[in-house]
Amino acid sequence: MGSVRLRLLVVALLVLVLALTLKLPWLKTPVLLSLSNGLAVLGVIVLIRAGQVSFGHAMFACLAGYGVAFSGRAWNLDALLLVALGTAGAACAGALIGLFMVRYRGIFFGMLNLAFSMVLFSVLGKFGTLTGGTDGLRFDRPTFGFVQLEREGFETALLLLALALAVLAGLAVQRYFGSINGQALAAIKTNETRLEYLGISAKRVFWGGYVLSATLCGLGGSLFALTQGLVTPDMGYWVRSGEVVFIAILGGAGHAVGAFIGAFVFEFVKLYAAALLTGAWQLVLGLVLIVMVFAAPTGIFGLLEKHLRSKGAQA
Amino acid sequence: MDASLIALALMDGVSYAALLFLVALGLTLIFGVMRILNIAHGSLYAWGGYFAATLGLAITRFGLPAWLGLPALFVAAIVIGGLLGTLLEWALLRRILDKDPILQLLVTFAAFMVLEDLQRLIWGVQPVFVSDVVNQLGTLQVAGVTYTRYQLLVLPLVALAALLGLRWFLGRTALGRQVTAVTHNREVATAMGVNTNRVTWLTIALGGALGALGGALASPTTSFTPGIGADMMVLSFAVVATAGLGQIGGAALAALMIGLARSFAVYLLPEVEVLMPYLIMVGVLLVRPEGLFSTVAARRI
Repeated sequence: MGSVRLRLLVVALLVLVLALTLKLPWLKTPVLLSLSNGLAVLGVIVLIRAGQVSFGHAMFACLAGYGVAFSGRAWNLDALLLVALGTAGAACAGALIGLFMVRYRGIFFGMLNLAFSMVLFSVLGKFGTLTGGTDGLRFDRPTFGFVQLEREGFETALLLLALALAVLAGLAVQRYFGSINGQALAAIKTNETRLEYLGISAKRVFWGGYVLSATLCGLGGSLFALTQGLVTPDMGYWVRSGEVVFIAILGGAGHAVGAFIGAFVFEFVKLYAAALLTGAWQLVLGLVLIVMVFAAPTGIFGLLEKHLRSKGAQA
Repeated sequence: MDASLIALALMDGVSYAALLFLVALGLTLIFGVMRILNIAHGSLYAWGGYFAATLGLAITRFGLPAWLGLPALFVAAIVIGGLLGTLLEWALLRRILDKDPILQLLVTFAAFMVLEDLQRLIWGVQPVFVSDVVNQLGTLQVAGVTYTRYQLLVLPLVALAALLGLRWFLGRTALGRQVTAVTHNREVATAMGVNTNRVTWLTIALGGALGALGGALASPTTSFTPGIGADMMVLSFAVVATAGLGQIGGAALAALMIGLARSFAVYLLPEVEVLMPYLIMVGVLLVRPEGLFSTVAARRI
């Protein structure tokens, strides 16, 4: 596809986001939330590449968030270390759970992930003495790069970190899709039997994809926790997992950029619509999702891509 | 653990398993015919329960005879299952038959989100609980334990009737044989002159009514709150997955296993009670990825 135009688009979006947030400081929090959401969506897109959809991936964001909160409270670590720790925790959990999950496809895969996430959700709520129950865990603002920053400065630093991580993760995922493993992952969707005949273990390939997706969700969850300074079991509730899948379809699962476009659109629509539609938020999400599936299954990026391509053909 | 406690756990388990089985039966029936896992099935359970509670309240308010309470539960299930099932089938399920499996899952998931919110808008967030039926049927003494007749007799009998009735319907009636034919192979069944659309609609209405019946029968003993549909969806999936998708008799055994394990866990290890169904499911699936009673299917390439 017209990759020059795409690169220009990404750079333009980045500049726009940076300029707007520096100009209007109140945008920092929604932009941070969009970016952390976008990272989790990126993880789900990796799985969609393999033709699988998980209704429980918020659990990895939730695990990472609790990892951040626990280590932040216990050892007063630096924010960068906390992100690394939370993400590593989610990656380890993904590696373990993945060993079990790679045996299943389709319905079983989606529902087993949902079951695991519901177990995590109820455990977090049940063991209140350790996890703070449904009220969650609060933690103090950590240092950033071993510098104690005020709230304002901390948010700016976190925002820059999140932007850098988002770009890196997007590039890494696109790189992965182009690699042998990534191509094999896509083959799980089209024809797994043939993949096995090529001498490639579908389970091993899928396991790699699963760990990558859990890691990305963990990265998103860590940033989310640092933005809020609070983690609750709701981070891992099935509605959250549904939202992540929803954003992937909304933004378009064909490309990493789609994840972030979807996440931004979602966050800002939510910002305005949630106030108007308290109590009917899920209803709107569900209806839009149904419309998307029937009218634009390739998402916003799919529509955009068509545009980029036709312009590119003319030029 | 003494004898009376064991008896109590047994009775708890059986009555819970009966409800679980009804919901799982509906889920597995719809899956068999459409090859779509209807995630909105959990909502049918919740709607059935809420609607039954509303009917129960109406009976008290309008001073209608109290014996109407039990039939009202069945009426609620048939109305909700028939209406919502028909709506789902007509508006969504029949239109996604040839879509990517991911998109099929997403559509039923979206329907579930919509139904969950609608249910909250209609019935609010306060727990709903109408137990007149249970009080009216009275209690029974078994092995030194006092237990409600409703849970000990009515629930298992209804579940048993549903199991036997469905077996009879699928195996011995012309319409039931058509349903079985569509389950095996939709295309061939159509070629043989089976009206697949009608069979599909009927199965979804029946399956939906079973899900709603589970909710309606649970409403006198469970307090319904938002979120109960999601819990039941995952639980009934655990039953269906443990048994093997599309296995009716297997679902009964799996429901009994999960129900008993859960009720014994309540008395022995209360901490793991919520985890019990999942532990069983994961344990079974580790050994038999297709479920306990699944038969070997020829691979279609």
